Amino acid sequence: MSPQPFPAMPEISSAFCVVFILLLPLAVAGLALINTGLSRSRSAAHSMMASLCVIGVAATTCFVMGFAWQGYPGLPAHTLNVFGKEWSWLGAGRFFLRGVPLDGSPASLAALLQLFSVGLAALIPLGAGSERWRLRACCLSTALLAGITYPVFAHWVWGGGWLAQLGTNYGLGQGFLDAGGSATIQSVGGLTALSIVWLLGPRRGKYNPEGMPAALPGHNTVLVLFGCVLALVGWMGLNSAGSLLFVGAPLGRTVLVAVNTLLSAAGAGLAAAAITRYRFGKPDASLSANGWVSGLVASSAACAFLSPAVALLVGLVAGALVTYTVAWFEVRLGLDDPAGAVSVHALGGIWGILALGLFARTPAVAAITTAGYPAVMRGRQMLAQVVGVATLLGFVLPLTYSLNWLLNHFSPQRIPPEDERHGADLHELGAGAYPEFMTHTDELSPW
Amino acid sequence: MKVAGLLMMPAGWFIVLAALVLLKAYLMQNLFMSAGVGVEVLGLILFALSHVPSKGGKE
Repeated sequence: MSPQPFPAMPEISSAFCVVFILLLPLAVAGLALINTGLSRSRSAAHSMMASLCVIGVAATTCFVMGFAWQGYPGLPAHTLNVFGKEWSWLGAGRFFLRGVPLDGSPASLAALLQLFSVGLAALIPLGAGSERWRLRACCLSTALLAGITYPVFAHWVWGGGWLAQLGTNYGLGQGFLDAGGSATIQSVGGLTALSIVWLLGPRRGKYNPEGMPAALPGHNTVLVLFGCVLALVGWMGLNSAGSLLFVGAPLGRTVLVAVNTLLSAAGAGLAAAAITRYRFGKPDASLSANGWVSGLVASSAACAFLSPAVALLVGLVAGALVTYTVAWFEVRLGLDDPAGAVSVHALGGIWGILALGLFARTPAVAAITTAGYPAVMRGRQMLAQVVGVATLLGFVLPLTYSLNWLLNHFSPQRIPPEDERHGADLHELGAGAYPEFMTHTDELSPW
Repeated sequence: MKVAGLLMMPAGWFIVLAALVLLKAYLMQNLFMSAGVGVEVLGLILFALSHVPSKGGKE
């Protein structure tokens, strides 16, 4: 059975949607630069090389099978009858994008968006596992993410699946809403990053025998901050295209989407800078960058539904959340996450999802989602968002951990400790990113 | 602890799904869903604690 088809878009909206989607590689590039800048110089080339490989594997896997399983409203899907309600649980499209006419239709635009956005999701664990994750393992893990975890969850949210049907089936608002991918891209990527951090363990020299962490600062703050600026442009494209394709926003609403995206990032970046200034005496550049990206992440779900002032508030909370949780995870939970991916993408994404339930203006939601649904209480919409978060924690995290755990048994994911000391560049690529300047010492780590 | 934590997360999710499918009253649905999320969070905490590197062990 096919889910209800999405209404056709006016030609002008399709044209703008293509432009918005073509901005998305800037977000991908930004994230790759942030990951590289936050790793040490001995692994910089490996980080960029892994980014390219991961983007390639993600796009190829999405083309081969991912989008077939993700689907889109109106494309074929497998359904299950649950106590009299039809639950669409998996896309039933044909592999290699057969059956998707690449002609500017909403389904074809969604396919194009997914080819990029699955790469964005796959870059998130790369930052968390940097300096110790084998190139081959990165690629295999990405294939699992892009071929199984991502499309299944994306079908439930964006492909007309059971989470999107919560409104029609159970009266929970408009169903689970996620315009720009706070859940589908960011939280899925962030929870995969958490699994990778757990499976790989901390970098050599990160913790002393008493379990206290050492600071292992990234090698290029300029790359990190430039990555943030690129990410902003890419995110505006992502949020705008997502709003047009997945919640049916009219073209004019993309102005609000862009304003909200910028304000959320600004609020989060400034909150992180102010908090680190207050705590450490000077603003911390890497945490401020993390804050900036967390604002972008949190803005995605509700970008089309919030007033600008509320978007700023969402960003402020996201920035504060990241600033405290990065350190807390590192010290209390022993999570060695060089890019702060778990805090930024998993927590920031979950905050964005819940912020939609808390703050979305209900008439605005009802006005732009598929016509015909009644206006609903905000509490019901919040319940739909909570079901989405529960699905991330109860389904996506165990699934992605189990898949990577299995992969680790067949193909060890971690670089051997002695080779890690020389850096992933030498071990994996045979040459460093900065051969004339690089020294291979553990000067920053006494252990 | 690791296995218990890993199993508690889907268990909590099933509680949420059961509340969604079986309960009609908003309040009861809300309560049971909150309980399900609570079970998930407990599982997540257990799972996270089982991954904390042991003190005095190798890094």
